[in-house]
Amino acid sequence: MSPITNLAREGLNRRQAVALGLGGIAAAMAPLNARATPESARKLLSDMVKTEPKAGKVQIKTQEIAENGNTVPVTITVDSPMTDKDYVKAIHVVADRNPLPGVASFSLNPASGKAEVQFRMRMAETQNIIAVAEMSDGSAWTATREVKVTIGGCGG
Amino acid sequence: MAENVKPRIRVPNNAKRGEVIEIKTLVSHPMESGQRKNAQGQTIPRKIINRMSVTYNGKPVFEAKLEPAISANPYISFFIKATESGELAFAWTDDDGSVYKATQQITVS
Repeated sequence: MSPITNLAREGLNRRQAVALGLGGIAAAMAPLNARATPESARKLLSDMVKTEPKAGKVQIKTQEIAENGNTVPVTITVDSPMTDKDYVKAIHVVADRNPLPGVASFSLNPASGKAEVQFRMRMAETQNIIAVAEMSDGSAWTATREVKVTIGGCGG
Repeated sequence: MAENVKPRIRVPNNAKRGEVIEIKTLVSHPMESGQRKNAQGQTIPRKIINRMSVTYNGKPVFEAKLEPAISANPYISFFIKATESGELAFAWTDDDGSVYKATQQITVS
């Protein structure tokens, strides 16, 4: 006997029972859809940085294979003299297959002296880290690095 | 206010004028991502440090906006150009509005 027929027997008419069934299936599927994708990661970056970034100047140093997805050390370095006339204003970092794409945004100025930041991040599965650097002259630069993850670090 | 949020900062004691030095920061905080579930299957709400701001003698020198993807006990390192002796002031902002603060003196010769 189909589950829909069972619901119908419990006093719902057939149309209401089908709607409930589909709603239940959709709710169960929601967690499967709730992940960042390369598209949502790119969209987040373009929301934060209006200029289309060019590849270059940005270096991402991290583990090729994450030893522990709960804490993956990452170093982002941007090639820049960091003078008053030419410096990195911001570095934005996203991940393209975590539950949410955002990772961090850093603000720098000439007083920074060197455009390099280090942090530790969670990675749920094998994915790309994408960094975009915004320069004082309005230009934007980007780099991508894939990290392989065997033990994911997002509580799942 | 989260309990036991302890900041730890590594700054070189002395620096030469114009030298670019690394500042290492670590703060103990669970950075609850909002992705985990408890034993009853309920989602544990997000509660993270979402911002770290640093000033050097009152002038902003570094800021980090953090998302739940940052690991527990956030470690962040960055650089500053040592120009004058004085104080580095750090402030970490929690989702619940608490601000954890620390300062560190720096001598520049």
